[in-house]
Amino acid sequence: MSILRLIWAGWKFHVKSLTLSGFFILTSVIQPIIFASVAYFMFEAGARAGTLLYVALGAGMMGIWSSTLFGSGGAIQWQRWQGTLEYCIAVPPPFLLVIVPLTLATATIGLYSLSATLLWGWLFFDVPLSVADPMAFVVALPVTVIGLGLLGLVLASSFILYRHANALSNLLEYPVWLATGLLVSLSLLPAWVGPISWVLAPTWGINALRESAIAGNAWPEIGMCVLLGGVYLVIGHFLLQHFERLARERATLSLT
Amino acid sequence: MTSLRIFFIGGITAYRGLINWLSPWIFVPSLIVVPIFQILLFVFIGRSAGVQNDEFFAIGNAVQYASVPCLFAMTNAIAGERNQQTLAYILVSPSPRLPLFLGRALPVILNAMFVAAFSLAVTALILRLDIPPSTWAPIAIVIVISTFSCTGLGLICAAVGLRVRETAVLNNVIFGLLLIFTGANVPIEELPGWMQTVANSIPLTHGIQAAREVAQGASLADVDRLLATEFLIGVVYTFVGYQALRFMEHWSRKRASIQIA
Repeated sequence: MSILRLIWAGWKFHVKSLTLSGFFILTSVIQPIIFASVAYFMFEAGARAGTLLYVALGAGMMGIWSSTLFGSGGAIQWQRWQGTLEYCIAVPPPFLLVIVPLTLATATIGLYSLSATLLWGWLFFDVPLSVADPMAFVVALPVTVIGLGLLGLVLASSFILYRHANALSNLLEYPVWLATGLLVSLSLLPAWVGPISWVLAPTWGINALRESAIAGNAWPEIGMCVLLGGVYLVIGHFLLQHFERLARERATLSLT
Repeated sequence: MTSLRIFFIGGITAYRGLINWLSPWIFVPSLIVVPIFQILLFVFIGRSAGVQNDEFFAIGNAVQYASVPCLFAMTNAIAGERNQQTLAYILVSPSPRLPLFLGRALPVILNAMFVAAFSLAVTALILRLDIPPSTWAPIAIVIVISTFSCTGLGLICAAVGLRVRETAVLNNVIFGLLLIFTGANVPIEELPGWMQTVANSIPLTHGIQAAREVAQGASLADVDRLLATEFLIGVVYTFVGYQALRFMEHWSRKRASIQIA
């Protein structure tokens, strides 16, 4: 019970705190709208008809990935800059339970992106907002956010010893947008990209949202998101333990 | 002589001191790898939508990505002084302002040129684009003019950065707008009328168009009007940026708010 309370309180605190950040609002709202607009124009000008709802969902998911990537990737760095990393590690609850609410919150902030691109598309590009299977959509959305939040945990724990985490976050933004098929059909990409996309939660998350919104059966994709979330949690747990031990042994927690 | 020293040596010193991404740990991921993936993303979206060809997106995005160093570095090279608490010392110095501010633009232009040219060369190899070697030099000249033009916009951002705290947010928004309006990914004629008007009055639009024509075999003489327009836009933005910097300096002195934003 206390674990759930800790996660709930941490999540609420970080969602409120991130909402006040201009950088996060930009990443979550304006950037996906810009990419969605470019994609809308491209699909409207193109020779192949594409559904604009497909684009709106993809662009929204791009925003969720960006906020997860920069939020979770920078999570430890921010604690380090603010001088609170040592306290976070020294408190009685495991460090995992301190970090998980933050990574979940960064993915949750990404919901602003999805709302923004859907609303933008509906207002200016006549994107239909009807959802084929509302029940599956309502389940797919939080499952996707949690899946990405737990992937964020893996990022946060692997960036712990890296001084330039922000640059690494920059590096991973476009490749994951591309490899997970957010705006591009995976069938157009080289075959070797396929296995990479299977281990990334955004691939299954966007497929679940699209299947539930446009047509089809979203439940297998939702199941894959849950499964991957569990795997990320285990990996994140061990990585955090390992890097925390290394940082304590080498006295490099602050990296100063 | 002093002005030349301030322009060249002062400019490069300030650039090296204020731009922390010159570290390879930041430079390589942010300015070498990211532009290549931006190009690839739009190439594949283009293939998905069945619009234009790979060369269209490669050239458009390579030149457009030059705006990242132009905007961010130019802003940091001036507004970064405030973050390091050294702005007051710079502004209290008797240095002439023209070389003091514009000298910081030169390394920015060189860096932006490198970023644009490198990302174009690498993606041309990856995508096996047919850009004849005879067009490389003219494309390089187009890139020089385009980056100069965009650095003028960077100067305006730098001036705003003397008053605004969230310069990264501002630059990200402008970068995104350039992605839409410059025709890097959407042909200008496909945009609504008001957007075409905006597109024709901002940096990079004409440069991108010229680079595409040159890559298809046009000579520099064939695109001289586009280049002249791009250059003229650069001169206007640089002039406005410089005046804005002087105005911000004057305002900050008047309100005693040089270090405050």
